[in-house]
Amino acid sequence: MIEYELLKIIWWVLVGVLLIGFALTDGFDMGSMALMPFVGKNDEERRAAINTIAPHWEGNQVWFVTAGGALFAAWPMVYATAFSGMYWALLLVLFALFLRPVGFDYRSKLNNTQWRTSWDWGLCIGGAVPALVFGVAFGNMFLGIPFTLDETVRSTYTGSFFALLNPFALVCGLVSLSMLCAHGGAWLMLRTDGDLRNRSAKATQLMGIIFLVCFLGAGAWLYFGNIEGYTLAQPFNTNGVANPLAKEVLTTGNHGWMNNYSTYPITMLAPISAILGGLLIVLGAGQNKAGLSFMGSTLAVTGAILTAGFALFPFLLPSSINPTASLTMWDAVSSKNTLTVMTVVAGIFVPLILCYTTWCYYKMWGVITNKHIQENTHTLY
Amino acid sequence: MISESVVDLSRFQFAMTAMYHFIFVPLTLGLAFLLAIMETTYVISGKEIYRDMTKFWGKLFGINFALGVTTGLTMEFQFGTNWAYYSHYVGDIFGAPLAIEGLMAFFLESTFIGLFFFGWDRLSKVQHLGVTWLVALGSNLSALWILVANGWMQNPVGSEFNFETMRMELVDFGALIFNPVAQVKFVHTVSAGYVTGAIFVLAISSYYMLKKQDLPFARRSFAIAAIFGLASTLSVILLGDESGYELGDVQKTKLAAIESEWETHPAPAPFTLFGIPNQEEQRTDYAIKIPYAMGIIATRSLDKEVTGLNDLMVQHEVRIRNGMVAYSELEQLRAGDRSPELMASFKENQKDLGYGLLLKKYTDKVTDASENQIKAATKDTIPNVTALFFSFRAMVASGFLMLLLFILATYAVAKRNAENKPWLLKFALFALPLPWIALQTGWYVAEGGRQPWTIAEVLPTHLSASSLSTGDVWGSIIALAAFYTVLLIIEMYLMIKFSRLGPSSLHTGKYHFEKLEAAQQEKVEGAQS
Repeated sequence: MIEYELLKIIWWVLVGVLLIGFALTDGFDMGSMALMPFVGKNDEERRAAINTIAPHWEGNQVWFVTAGGALFAAWPMVYATAFSGMYWALLLVLFALFLRPVGFDYRSKLNNTQWRTSWDWGLCIGGAVPALVFGVAFGNMFLGIPFTLDETVRSTYTGSFFALLNPFALVCGLVSLSMLCAHGGAWLMLRTDGDLRNRSAKATQLMGIIFLVCFLGAGAWLYFGNIEGYTLAQPFNTNGVANPLAKEVLTTGNHGWMNNYSTYPITMLAPISAILGGLLIVLGAGQNKAGLSFMGSTLAVTGAILTAGFALFPFLLPSSINPTASLTMWDAVSSKNTLTVMTVVAGIFVPLILCYTTWCYYKMWGVITNKHIQENTHTLY
Repeated sequence: MISESVVDLSRFQFAMTAMYHFIFVPLTLGLAFLLAIMETTYVISGKEIYRDMTKFWGKLFGINFALGVTTGLTMEFQFGTNWAYYSHYVGDIFGAPLAIEGLMAFFLESTFIGLFFFGWDRLSKVQHLGVTWLVALGSNLSALWILVANGWMQNPVGSEFNFETMRMELVDFGALIFNPVAQVKFVHTVSAGYVTGAIFVLAISSYYMLKKQDLPFARRSFAIAAIFGLASTLSVILLGDESGYELGDVQKTKLAAIESEWETHPAPAPFTLFGIPNQEEQRTDYAIKIPYAMGIIATRSLDKEVTGLNDLMVQHEVRIRNGMVAYSELEQLRAGDRSPELMASFKENQKDLGYGLLLKKYTDKVTDASENQIKAATKDTIPNVTALFFSFRAMVASGFLMLLLFILATYAVAKRNAENKPWLLKFALFALPLPWIALQTGWYVAEGGRQPWTIAEVLPTHLSASSLSTGDVWGSIIALAAFYTVLLIIEMYLMIKFSRLGPSSLHTGKYHFEKLEAAQQEKVEGAQS
């Protein structure tokens, strides 16, 4: 039997893996579609962009759905508190995502310019809005979410949707949006040719620059902007039962959430990777090198998510109005039994998923040209 | 206390989104299997018409699948947004099957569905066939895990309340998976999906036969649908009967409500074929009964009783009073008292804690509930009898009508004369809504019949909702209803357009409308020269 404490750490890592898996795969779906109406100037170019992801976006989206399910199974209190609290933010993401399944499947089924253009913008919204909102949500985690728990562990949220749209969180939203757009742009460089590829390279470079500026800006804001991080008061039993009301939380002494970085300097690798990745994006896109840009964006996405995860650890949802009620990966977690079962399931299926997903990409790989679209006009999206 | 209107609105929203989702999912389940059967026939026989069938029905499958995915996104997150206390209270058990569904099933289905649509030229025949079967397998596994989760709501096995974390926790994962309610529900529900797919293909093929277009294509589709549909309908009805038996065992209240059985009848109980339930006066007017039938269905015997609603309410009142004791002990435990007597006594009483929580609808101080409040909570323990009674009968009637259709259709297939029987083809075409009537009323019987609980006898519905404002939930209901309805209209438009077009939409040049066009072209050219 694995210790409860270790299981809690495993699940912090696994949720991270699912989030990064989501951002890396569905990330280029969202990013490329956010860019599609701008880089694709005619129907064929837009269809080429869409068909680079047509066989894969559905599977990629499951990373998002499974991350939701894993959150429910591993951190039920986080699932409950975050989604009921940030109600309209989540609904906004869902409404934007609704446009994608129908957009992809229905767009090219009718040969009508207005119909197709409308779906193009639908797909653009379906990519851009979730990317922005995820960043805004992360930004608000650093600031604390206004919720509290009563003695029956019922959560009540006292903020509003518009309070989530504060300047710091919006900068974080831009980090996420530009990062995924750069990732999607690099993907289009890999899988298309001609004018579409050249325009994608320009867009990728621009997005890479915005990402670097906003990422560094958000970091500086955290440190110099008097944002106070939280710390768990010691002694704290990391092996204890999941009761989020049984701890003390200190609200001073963790300036700008930087403590973990000074305590464990190795974690600095995360922000360094993000910056290095951003530089590679700009460099690769500038020289029209698709592989280099895509490597850069992959590194940037992974680095940026880990940067936030390491800074907040062990906090998942800090509460701004009742810091004691903050949810952490030690006390907002499922029981030992559930975590054990889920670890076995994830241990079997995550590698399996990676194998067959890779096979699918391998089978469908290749550059999508305008000619290819013309020849397969009735079978492609 | 959460306001009554937030609970009601949240229930309405959940019902609406679940019922929308359940328009598309069963068709996906059924069509996925039919596609796999058609493609298998293609690979074995080498006849191109079966590949065209796979591609054409696959096109309609895709139009339907898109909305299944869209409406499914809401379902994955809605427990968190609108049922936050539920998510906290039972997430330890309920979340696991949802996450496993993602990892084991939805990934499989969604990853390979892209190859199903776009891999025809990239994969070998056998590889593509494998992909189609994996999509079918994925969608069925998906249903399995969702129904494991749902089965646990009806019959919460393998779990225990933990007063330290204030929630239900998993103690036996095996019991959760092999929950008899979940097993029966799974087969009943996926079979219903197969029936839906079969009726869909049967009805549209009949339309082509009535219009005399693409006959070889329609004939073969009709035959596969008829035989597959007959087998599936028999499975639905048998497993529906098995559900009746399981109901008798673990969900006595739901069973008695479906039957509108107010007083316990001496064994063996009769089955009420028809009547008008009267919840106010707790009786059933104008009842027509079949002697013995209910006793046999629910107890598989002639000597066991099926308990009536009035007797069940007497039992429930006892459990509510005991639940008040359990609640007061829980308060002491939460306050830090850990004396062994208290722990032992709570262990004894905690099975009725859920019944105590029913009082929270009327008072925050459960332990001081008045006699009137206890009476009101007792009355709440039975669901809406009239709605259940009629929904159940609508479901069963649709089921038997479809059975009749499939028997006639299979007979016609055997005699090879379906296209000469316009009445049969019209019957098949107009039967198109039947599976959906059965599905939606069946869903209501299962979930409406679970009320007043979200988790049977553990967590009352009114405690499960999130602490949201009425305005928030109104807003989301309106937005979701508007969005879904627009998407549904678009979906129906495309579905009808492509169904009318038939296999001509594949642009192979072999089918009705393309031949028609080619013939006209020739005529024009002939006239010109």
